Amino acid sequence: MRPTRGPLPRWAEILLLPLINIALAFLVVGIIVRIIGVDPFHALDRLVLGAVGSPESIGYTLYYATNFIFTGLAVAVAFHGGLFNIGGEGQAYIGGLGCGLAILAFDRYLPGWLMAPIAIAAAALFGAAWAAVPAWLQAWRGSHIVITTIMFNFVASALMVYLLVNVLIAPGSMTPQSRDFAPSGELPALQGSALNLSILLALACCVLVWLFLWHTRWGYALRAMGHNPEAAHYAGTDLKRMTLLGMCLSGALAGFVGVNELMGVHHRIVLDFPAGYGFAGIAVALMGRNHPLGVVFAALLFGALQQGGAELAFDEPAITREMVVVIQGLVILFSGALEHLPRPWLAVLLPRRG
Amino acid sequence: MDDLAAIVFLTAAATLRTATPLILCAMGGLFSEKSGIVDVGLEGKMLMAAFFGASAATLTGSAWWGVVAAIGAAEIMALLHGFACITYRGNQVVSGVALNILAAGLTVVLGNAWFHQGGQTPPLEQAGARMLPIFFPRAGDNILVYAALASVPFTWWLITRTRFGLRLRAVGEMPLAVDAAGISVPLLRYRAVLLCGFFAGLAGAYLSVAQNAGFSRDMTAGQGFIALAAIIFGKWQPFPAFGACLIFGLLDAVAIRLQGVRVPGVGEVPVQFIQALPYLLTMFLLAGFIGRAVAPKAIGVPYEKEH
Repeated sequence: MRPTRGPLPRWAEILLLPLINIALAFLVVGIIVRIIGVDPFHALDRLVLGAVGSPESIGYTLYYATNFIFTGLAVAVAFHGGLFNIGGEGQAYIGGLGCGLAILAFDRYLPGWLMAPIAIAAAALFGAAWAAVPAWLQAWRGSHIVITTIMFNFVASALMVYLLVNVLIAPGSMTPQSRDFAPSGELPALQGSALNLSILLALACCVLVWLFLWHTRWGYALRAMGHNPEAAHYAGTDLKRMTLLGMCLSGALAGFVGVNELMGVHHRIVLDFPAGYGFAGIAVALMGRNHPLGVVFAALLFGALQQGGAELAFDEPAITREMVVVIQGLVILFSGALEHLPRPWLAVLLPRRG
Repeated sequence: MDDLAAIVFLTAAATLRTATPLILCAMGGLFSEKSGIVDVGLEGKMLMAAFFGASAATLTGSAWWGVVAAIGAAEIMALLHGFACITYRGNQVVSGVALNILAAGLTVVLGNAWFHQGGQTPPLEQAGARMLPIFFPRAGDNILVYAALASVPFTWWLITRTRFGLRLRAVGEMPLAVDAAGISVPLLRYRAVLLCGFFAGLAGAYLSVAQNAGFSRDMTAGQGFIALAAIIFGKWQPFPAFGACLIFGLLDAVAIRLQGVRVPGVGEVPVQFIQALPYLLTMFLLAGFIGRAVAPKAIGVPYEKEH
């Protein structure tokens, strides 16, 4: 059957198509689990129980979801401007660096209520700065943002290893990590889980992103650029500055992963804390259709998968935590690259619009 | 004097050893990119190939079966990429990213389920399960190193001196013209993507059954992206891309040698800086500070046949 671009009814476009894509992804996951020799339904059972079976596990699910909201929003904002930011990983890393540096500098002098906003602002600033360079390179020097953001991930990783091994390492420590933050540099967390106040920041970001994209002039200009750069340019939008703005916002959002991880959980700067959240943000954004509300739901699902997957791996030695990574990959494949796959069949089954 | 010769020889050998997977990957990527299909999924193809290569070599005890399995695995990934990007006109970057993430997860999941070693494959100890050096035992010059060297003139010849190559370049610059000439755009692009899978498969096999004796998780460690950087650095041409691979390989060899050494006038050069250099250099090039790198015109744009 030839793929066609025929428009489907609106409800099918918004709801049915994405759901079918995700169902296809999970069908493949089920087949892989079967191949490994585990009953997929048993695995699903354990996974759901591990994700929401107790207050602690719900706490962890929400803590993971916090990271996914930040990176999902980051990818979504850039997507709206027609920009594909694959650099969330590096921006989260450098955002965390900014957050950590601010805390290491002031945590002994400032009270917590003053320290937290400064650290959060520093995370946003550093994340935005790390995204600004690829944005500048694309807008003013014509190099492609996909390539440069990928490379900036590696540069960020090399930079952080260097800083933690040679500069920030706590005196007398053998592991490459900074000294512990003073209590004012820690965010209050729920007893017995990693869930901390960052989740409120994440929800606030969702509202702000929604307001920005659909209720401000700049948000409108950004979306116009994403839909049709030439028309946006003709309407008087400065495409270069919009590229810079979109990427900086995206980088700042990704940088907040550092707040959740370092201020909320580790309480020091550690290596590799972004742990794939930046890439997973692509899956979250695609699944959430680039809408803040969709991102929240997708982030909750991925948070549950992350937490439930860890519990499942504990119960079932045949399955490892990386199963979650497989799911992320398949979701990106089916709801991103292969999003048109069910379209011809749906076009046959459903009445056409208009 | 002998010392100096030994150092030069060993550094050259180390350069070639690290450059081999880059060269193979870059040549594969060139076919794909020349035909207008962006390939950020080189890393994933290579990783998948490395895993299946090592698995097959372990189970059969033959390095050659390892190579065959590696190529097979990379071709399946390549076909998936082609299916998404050519047949279904999906976003090529999204597809590549998906394949990378899928490979990073699936290799560990399957490896753990099959071999119970935390995602590794058992070390290849049986005779014949691993590619061994041919002429110089200390240099690690196994057959895949020579295959990599041969792949460069082969790629150059195929792209610049054959009818297939001419059409390949045309389809990457202006698919409409190729279509108008009555040549199938999808068929050409599928062939390019399959060639890419073949070379990425060889690169993966090199990593797990030649350079190392077995697969370990995330063993590609960004080399697929360095290969991509080499393609761009080489301005989408085989020999310059080969040169870029050698430079990046040399940087790696030097980085290991410079560890903890004080360079006069500079002090100790951080290893991480040298590791980041391939990316930094490529970005300088892309920014137009060192000449200009111009990509094939139709790259990344799905071709839609008019009705």
